Amino acid sequence: MSQLLEIKGLRAGVEEKELLHGVNLSVGAGETHVLMGPNGAGKSTLGSVIMGSPEYEVTSGSIFFEGEDITEESADKRAKRGLFLSFQNPVEISGISLSEFLRNALEQITGKHMKLWDFKKKLKAAMEILGMDSAYADRDLNAGFSGGEKKKAEILQLLILEPKLAILDETDSGLDVDAVKTVSAGIEEYRKRTGGTLIVITHNTKILEALNVDKTHILAAGKVVTEGDGTLVEDVLENGFERYINGGK
Amino acid sequence: MKEKTQVEDIDRSLYDFRYEEDESNYLGSGITAEIIREISEEKNDTEWMREFRLRSMEIYNRTPMVEWGPSIEGLDVDNIVTYIRTKSRMSNDWEEVPEDVKDTFEKLGIPQAERESLAGVGAQYDSELVYHNVRKEVAESGVVYTDLESAMHDERYAEMIRSHFMKLVPPTDHKFAALHGAVWSGGSFVYVPRGVKLEIPLQSYFRLNARGAGQFEHTLIILEEDSYLHFIEGCSAPKYYEAGLHAGCVELYVGKNATLRYSTIENWSKNMYNLNTKRALVDEGGKIEWVSGSFGSHVSYLYPMSILNGRGARAEFTGITFAGEGQNLDTGAKIVHNAPDTSSYMNTKSISKSGGISTFRSAVTVNEKAVGSKSAVSCESLMLDRISRSDTIPVMDIRTDKADVGHEARIGRISDETVFYLMSRGLSEEEAKAMIVRGFADNVSKELPLEYAVEMNNLIGLEMKGSIG
Repeated sequence: MSQLLEIKGLRAGVEEKELLHGVNLSVGAGETHVLMGPNGAGKSTLGSVIMGSPEYEVTSGSIFFEGEDITEESADKRAKRGLFLSFQNPVEISGISLSEFLRNALEQITGKHMKLWDFKKKLKAAMEILGMDSAYADRDLNAGFSGGEKKKAEILQLLILEPKLAILDETDSGLDVDAVKTVSAGIEEYRKRTGGTLIVITHNTKILEALNVDKTHILAAGKVVTEGDGTLVEDVLENGFERYINGGK
Repeated sequence: MKEKTQVEDIDRSLYDFRYEEDESNYLGSGITAEIIREISEEKNDTEWMREFRLRSMEIYNRTPMVEWGPSIEGLDVDNIVTYIRTKSRMSNDWEEVPEDVKDTFEKLGIPQAERESLAGVGAQYDSELVYHNVRKEVAESGVVYTDLESAMHDERYAEMIRSHFMKLVPPTDHKFAALHGAVWSGGSFVYVPRGVKLEIPLQSYFRLNARGAGQFEHTLIILEEDSYLHFIEGCSAPKYYEAGLHAGCVELYVGKNATLRYSTIENWSKNMYNLNTKRALVDEGGKIEWVSGSFGSHVSYLYPMSILNGRGARAEFTGITFAGEGQNLDTGAKIVHNAPDTSSYMNTKSISKSGGISTFRSAVTVNEKAVGSKSAVSCESLMLDRISRSDTIPVMDIRTDKADVGHEARIGRISDETVFYLMSRGLSEEEAKAMIVRGFADNVSKELPLEYAVEMNNLIGLEMKGSIG
């Protein structure tokens, strides 16, 4: 098993409603995968289920990470293994500063105490890559951040926590051209520095420009209907999802 | 299946140590005239105080039980040993304090706290002050910080005490104020002369030790014109199986243009009935700042009151209440605007978990003459699970059109999404929830002196332990 992430026959949903109807997905270490599909196809659900969201119940199938079954594991244990999810709508937490939160998270993940001074240096460097005002470090986590700043803060966390696998859930949505560029630079930096693996959920090519896409998966109605290489993205954007969804029949 | 942690009882071992009581020290149960006389005898009360106690006892006996708040049926006043004789006399020297008393305080960190720049320690052990020490510079500035009993016999303060004692909270106020008037024992007297601004806070640490003992300490603070004082009151009590009662009384007189900051962290054991009465009278241009953290006790009734009696007087109240399993904490504040251009600001947070009930109760009264006054009340509640409860009962009585009054209330539950977000960054469920609660309480901890903020964060950590069911 050389795959970093291996999903087999995954069925999951909320209460009585099944949202993922047997998803299979393999992601090799160091690869970049793109997950596309029409609204409501289950892309975000899949991302959340991989991360271990308690909102969804897995009814059958398995998720393997580095060959180990993590299907029943809590999100914090998955994070410690090296999984990361950039949220589409990051939550706001008042009274806890971005810096305090991130240092805490880093210490949890690495299991090592980090000197405040060293951490601040690391944080400052990462914030510079993303063109974030250093004042954001002392602001309450995501509280009152604009949509763009929230997304940048997610990528900032990616750069600090350096996971093995990062799922980026529509990190580019709602961002202006410049912000997409900045965020992309952050993602590129993460790739360059760690050789980390990516699953990018997106509707656009902008964010993918600097990335070398290895594989594209098209999800429709809770199933992977088509898979292909990087060129599939262009194809979908030109011709729409329709032919793949119907063509898959 | 997701991993689950069993609900555990909160680890209070830090606070739950206790020494065996010598039975001969009890004067007996209940509050009869005989006991009151014995207390007076023991205290060497002045004549007016003897009469005051007996009169309060009569008021107590004819005043009906409080019925409008959380149930206090479990409280059997007749079975509460109301008074325990002191084991030792007052001491200004740590060396003279008896070993077991000393050890209890060592565990609570009192001597360390003192070393760390706290101005003086007036710690109440059982019902008497046993250790009392005001730093030299504090004494030299003319500030008086002593126990009420000895101050009453000091001719310099006797009249001052007589004219202020239970004038703000008269025994007729409610049943437990009457009880307090009858059996009060121990507590602090602080007098800050005109123009003196004390930089370092004064601290007292109250603690109940005897099983079933009620504690009725009295705090009387008088600030003269243009003075400043920060007084810190911290409470914790060991755990018992019988109901314990705390019916203390705090009376604060804030002179013209003076500022008094009064901070409290209460952490009574979970079988205590905390029926404390606190009140401040603020003169022209003066200010009272309350910082109040309520963590312990089985049932609490606690509503510090500020009476803004002179033009431009101000009151600020910052409070946090944390009700866990088996706790019903009814807390809040009262403000009376009694003069023009007065202002008040109330900001409270309450947290309930594991079936705990937290009720915020406030009363803002703006009298006719209080034209140009402002009042803002903001209360926020956070419920950590579906079995806990949070209520908000704000009352406003506005008798003038020329006042600016606002109220804001928010009640919420800790969201699964937020917990998941933090967990996806490597925090365990418990750590994630503790972080959310710490963030929620942040504006209160910011108001506390550093060592108390640390203690409060530790308390939140303790309260959150095993909170995942």
